[in-house]
Amino acid sequence: MNPAFSVIFLTTLLGTGQGLFLALFVIEARVAAGLLEAPSPVFYPMGAAIVVLLLGAGLLASFFHLGHPERAWRTAAMWRTSWLSREVIALPAFMAVVAAWGWAHWQDWPGTLLIGVAGAALCLVLFLCTAMIYACIKFLQEWATPLTLVNFVLLGCASGVTLTAALAALRREPNVPELTAWAIALIVAGLVARLASLWRNARLKPRSNLQTAIGIKHSRIVQKAQGFMGGSFNTREFFHGRAPGTLRLVKWLFIAGAFLLPIALLAAGMAADSAALLAAAFAVQYAGLVAERWFFFAQANHPQNLYYQAVS
Amino acid sequence: MTQLALVIDLNVCVGCHACVTSCKEWNTSGEAGYMSDDNPYDRDPTGNFFNRVQTFEVGEFPNTQTVHFPKSCLHCEDPPCVPVCPTGASYKRPEDGIVLVDYDKCIGCKYCAWACPYGVRELDEHQKVMKKCTLCVDRIYDAKLPESERKPACVLACPTSARLYGDIHDEESVVSKAIREAAGYALMPEWGTQPANHYLPRRKTEMRIHEDELERADNPLKIDGRLPKPGVRDPSLDDVTSW
Amino acid sequence: MNAPLESPPAVTETRNTTCYMCACRCGIRVHLKNGEVRYIEGNPEHPLNKGVICAKGASGIMKQYSPARLTQPLRRKAGSERGAGEFEPISWDEAFSVMEERLRKIRSTDPKKFALFTGRDQMQALTGMFARQFGTPNYAAHGGFCSVNMAAGMIYTIGGSFWEFGGPDLDRARLFVMIGTAEDHHSNPLKIALSKFKRRGGRFISVNPVRTGYSAIADEWVPIRPGTDGALLLALTHEILNTGLYDRAFLARYSNAGYLVNVDLASAEHGTTVCSGETSKSDNPEHRHNQLWWDRLSGRAVPNHTPGADPALLGEYKLADGTPVKPAFQLLLERVKEYTPEWAEGVTGIPAKRIRRLAHEMGITARDQRIELPIAWTDSWGKEHDTVTGNPVAFHAMRGLAAHSNGFQTVRALAVLMSVLGTIDRPGGFRHKAPFPRAIPPMAKPPKGPEAVQPDTPLAGLALGWPAGPDDLCIDADGGPVRIDKAFSWEYPLAVHGMMHNVITNAWRGDPYRIDTLMIFMANMAWNSTMNTVEVRRMLNDRDEQGEYKIPFLIVCDAFQSEMTAFADLVLPDTTYLERHDVMSMLDRPISEFDGPVDSVRIPVLPPKGECKPFQEVLIELGTRLKFPAFVHQDGTRKYRDYPDFIVNFETEPGSGIGFLAGWRGRGGEKAMVGEPNPRQWEMYEKNNCVFHHELPRSYQYMRNWNQGYHEWAQRTRVRRYTDPIVIQIYSEVLQKFRMAAEGRGPSKRRPPEHLRQRLMTYCDPLPFYYAPLEVQATDTAQYPLAAITQRPMAMYHSWDSQNAWLRQIHTHNYLFINEKTATSLGIADDDWIWVESMHGKVRCMCRVSEAVEPGTVWTWNAIGKAQGAWHLAPDANEAQRGFLLNHVIAEELPAAEGRRMSNSDPVTGQAGWYDVRVRIRKAGADEPAETSPQFAPLPAAPGTNAVRRLWLAFVAGEKDKR
Repeated sequence: MNPAFSVIFLTTLLGTGQGLFLALFVIEARVAAGLLEAPSPVFYPMGAAIVVLLLGAGLLASFFHLGHPERAWRTAAMWRTSWLSREVIALPAFMAVVAAWGWAHWQDWPGTLLIGVAGAALCLVLFLCTAMIYACIKFLQEWATPLTLVNFVLLGCASGVTLTAALAALRREPNVPELTAWAIALIVAGLVARLASLWRNARLKPRSNLQTAIGIKHSRIVQKAQGFMGGSFNTREFFHGRAPGTLRLVKWLFIAGAFLLPIALLAAGMAADSAALLAAAFAVQYAGLVAERWFFFAQANHPQNLYYQAVS
Repeated sequence: MTQLALVIDLNVCVGCHACVTSCKEWNTSGEAGYMSDDNPYDRDPTGNFFNRVQTFEVGEFPNTQTVHFPKSCLHCEDPPCVPVCPTGASYKRPEDGIVLVDYDKCIGCKYCAWACPYGVRELDEHQKVMKKCTLCVDRIYDAKLPESERKPACVLACPTSARLYGDIHDEESVVSKAIREAAGYALMPEWGTQPANHYLPRRKTEMRIHEDELERADNPLKIDGRLPKPGVRDPSLDDVTSW
Repeated sequence: MNAPLESPPAVTETRNTTCYMCACRCGIRVHLKNGEVRYIEGNPEHPLNKGVICAKGASGIMKQYSPARLTQPLRRKAGSERGAGEFEPISWDEAFSVMEERLRKIRSTDPKKFALFTGRDQMQALTGMFARQFGTPNYAAHGGFCSVNMAAGMIYTIGGSFWEFGGPDLDRARLFVMIGTAEDHHSNPLKIALSKFKRRGGRFISVNPVRTGYSAIADEWVPIRPGTDGALLLALTHEILNTGLYDRAFLARYSNAGYLVNVDLASAEHGTTVCSGETSKSDNPEHRHNQLWWDRLSGRAVPNHTPGADPALLGEYKLADGTPVKPAFQLLLERVKEYTPEWAEGVTGIPAKRIRRLAHEMGITARDQRIELPIAWTDSWGKEHDTVTGNPVAFHAMRGLAAHSNGFQTVRALAVLMSVLGTIDRPGGFRHKAPFPRAIPPMAKPPKGPEAVQPDTPLAGLALGWPAGPDDLCIDADGGPVRIDKAFSWEYPLAVHGMMHNVITNAWRGDPYRIDTLMIFMANMAWNSTMNTVEVRRMLNDRDEQGEYKIPFLIVCDAFQSEMTAFADLVLPDTTYLERHDVMSMLDRPISEFDGPVDSVRIPVLPPKGECKPFQEVLIELGTRLKFPAFVHQDGTRKYRDYPDFIVNFETEPGSGIGFLAGWRGRGGEKAMVGEPNPRQWEMYEKNNCVFHHELPRSYQYMRNWNQGYHEWAQRTRVRRYTDPIVIQIYSEVLQKFRMAAEGRGPSKRRPPEHLRQRLMTYCDPLPFYYAPLEVQATDTAQYPLAAITQRPMAMYHSWDSQNAWLRQIHTHNYLFINEKTATSLGIADDDWIWVESMHGKVRCMCRVSEAVEPGTVWTWNAIGKAQGAWHLAPDANEAQRGFLLNHVIAEELPAAEGRRMSNSDPVTGQAGWYDVRVRIRKAGADEPAETSPQFAPLPAAPGTNAVRRLWLAFVAGEKDKR
């Protein structure tokens, strides 16, 4: 696939926002359980505002993906069948609950935990919807795996928690070491899951090949002409056009950027008690996740590409 | 239930592209139009087409087959492009199984194209909606046309009649018969999309020559004094031995 | 799309006419919406295409609305160079007066200084007539560089040929062998027939170095080295003769196989057929038909077709006067003796075993699957037959055989093979299309010498004709050529379609003489229609010592801004096919079917764009202004209002009843073929799908070379003057006449110049033979080992369609296809930039590795490459940057030998040897630009073409606001 930056930002921003909310909610729950020291009262509403901002930015990014953004309202119609439609419902719902949760905290209303439970549930639903948009296309074999969901959840949570840790550190809130430790743990988990999916995808045997694509049983089939020479939607949308070397480079970049460097920076930040390092960890991690998502799309080899191999 | 479809006979397709441009011609001014073309007179001309003819080489010299392969929307019976559409713009008509896009509902998110393994949907770069083969739905029911012409433009155009059109759920239709009798197959059966369009494979007619077919009593060489009968006086065993 | 059925298409009008996106001439229905073309579809009621249409035909809209359309007459700007494309618009009045003045002067002094050459060969009845009325012999269409070998080789053998003249009867054939066929000859009808044939279980064998197009669906592909088809055909004949698989009865009765040939080396008549002293019954003074047979039953020589006699086909006999004679068939057998399959394997690359098998398949299918139709007919010798029989082996061949300098003899070999199998004008084999078969050779003759060209006088003879011997050559007293292209000279005696490919070079060099005005219609002689493109462009722009152009005045008529129009002094904007009247005339190359004559018309469906004027109107206006006898009354006043008027009222001679159109003649349209002019003829064509189809009675549909009934019908309808049989020339008596002249004997007093004697003796062989193409003979094949050829893509016709926004997306640039093993051995991979070098020139292009090409051959699609800015394409368009022209490595002349330059052409017919070039290939340097070479300065947009190039299109007919 040819990675679309609108979708890259949509999924990464959403993931971070969702992770941030989950982190805030877990803090709230653990505080309620007496397991953590309570943060300052403004921390939750501020966090919620950032979550809504991130989700809003993601939503905005997604509009650039559309040919007719003015008709975006129509997208809720097919929630019975379409994960995309479901995402479009889940996202504003989640945003609304987060906003309500933040507002309730701001107003110091009771029952925030209950709203938080609803938010967390919606958050998971949103993760499911977002991930399933990709995982449900069964012939995009790189995506059609539970690992897609796991990765979306873990990478979203990791970046969200890193952001929480950084925010907490910047605001001199309590619990920074715990949050940093959570972040490191999630990044490690994310790394394990992402490596698992890389390992899996490297061993994928494409179920479609030229034999099944044109229905001729022969070991040597080569396309000579795709039927047009100046490109088409099919060649622009589904081919990234980069050399294999670029892909490998991006892979190492995101392994370093989304995982190794953030871990190092988080560890260093924790050791040095440096908010700046934690903030840097988040920035690097987010950039790494953009690379990760670019790779996620680029690596997906669409079977339609079998039909678009050569001009002559 | 009706399922209209094309059956493409690779045995006779010579790769002339008649189906490609007749489709464009009909549809750009039709209900599914326009179909834009970018850089029409510049570098890398590119445009919106519903149908393409591709060429494959199968095997190695000298045992090479050149296969011309027309491809358009296969109107799957279980079309993966339809359920993913968030707006319902992409839909399959219950009455005849044609998969269509409602341009007024389409938001141009391209998700349906991602969900099609065959690469037969093309976003129009200017109208910004997804476009695809409609089986010329604005022709095939047009009562103003004579019955024989209520067919997709590509089918009418095809000089080798390599494109058959009909209802694959009707056992007696020309397409069902062709699929049955000429081993029609679907593309990428591994995904369970059940394409309505089918393809008929190459068939090879061979001639078997029996040795004795080269020897015939009426060989004209005999008339012209070649392959003569031996003369009565020519030497024979009768001349030399008595056993 | 939404609610598709609520607004059904609002087509406002439908009109029938005839397509001209290629030369196939299918019937089309053009749907118009608010005056714009909405949809062009095949006309289901048209006999040629039966409703189908091809990729080009279905893209006619984009041709009609192309921004490359010329819309005004243009004059080259004073002081600008030819080729720079600098023009100023002028009025038609001015254009006509310029032409009138110039041409009148030429006509009243030396008419041959005007040369008219047209790319289009289906309008020759009018263009040829114009040239003849002008009085110049310098006229031809593009056949000389297209497929004249195919026409001449077959017509001189069986009286007909492929495509417009005849074709394979795939309705009834069981085995179909296609050799080197270009996909544009014949287009839709062949596609229709091929598919039906395959579906009926017919076996289809394709012989071609490349497997594309029609060959793709062949049951068997026989890759062959280019230019060696003759060797294959002769080896097949060898095997068929030696296994007795020939149709003896057919050959004996319908060919000259049994005619006795004098084999007395001492005799002055050696090599000629021996004739009886008796007067023959033939009504044709040129064909006495009194040759002798050796009656094997009575053991003596008898006049051919003596009732009760059966000719010996083999053996050697002595006539009563002691003359040793052999039947022509015996000579054929001797000729093919050396052409064993083993020998052919070494030449063609096809294993001998396979050649034998192919021969057996042909012979056994012909013999054992005989067709018998219950059709009674009478042959030319009065014998009544109860049935028509046929041997169901059909062939089709075209440029793959024709475009070699050994093509004439190769095509002769094919015609002989088809005859030996007994497949001529019989069901399942080859069948003629009216007005074919013609006499061998056809009766029309070129002028015989310079005296035929006189000031202010029509030419004595037709500019193009069919020589029956040296007396019919168009030569001067010294044996030198009279025509600018040297056609019908001793160098190219049977150049029956002229030699357009040498006109510019000859005129530039002044050999045989300089001309004044060259008029070119619809031919891209500055690009893909010429060999040696770079040099020819230079010649067009070259001046003599006085500073005058060597070709002083150049008029080009075309509908689009091409590479050629850039060189014109005067550009005449032609209409498109949708804007004109046209006729596919019986006087020309009609669209006849096997079952009888068919002619057709174009009727305009749109008004001409701008000031466009059909070329026919230009000719009629010029002819009238110059007071050609055919175009003015005795008192010098205008005879024809315009072209449609001309078509209706013109008769070949006053009262002849023969005109351009054969349908709906007679005052009320009640007559066919001949009859008085019918003022409502166009209307009647229009009402009848623009086509007139005269189906012959079934008994006249077969065996037409020898069918008495058919001949009488043909004579009555003036299709033929005589009714004598058209006997297949296994042994070509015409060629023998040329050979005898070269040997210094024979009935003709004309003798070739010394330096051409050996050439004529060799190549004018009365029996087909194989020789390596002349260019190959002159090439160091160790240096240049690969044959380079072009193929015709079905979605693009020559250079006609690069201005077409849809078609150019399919072929916007081209690659050189190279067999994978060959490429690997050269260290070349897919998409590499490579140099293709011949001994004449080089071109840089991109490589495409393929398994569907013979290892010794490289090929590319024809005429995809374009010069920068031509056809209204951007200078950086793919056509100009990545597309290339193989023409750059092909020469119009052979390397000079003994100081003499000869055309790179067949020595008999002058057919251009396009496919003879040998090349070598090397990888381009890494530092070289990734673009084709050579490059030419970009052409500016001509005045009247759309100055602004649209960045995108969204064509919706009749709704300009929607775009």
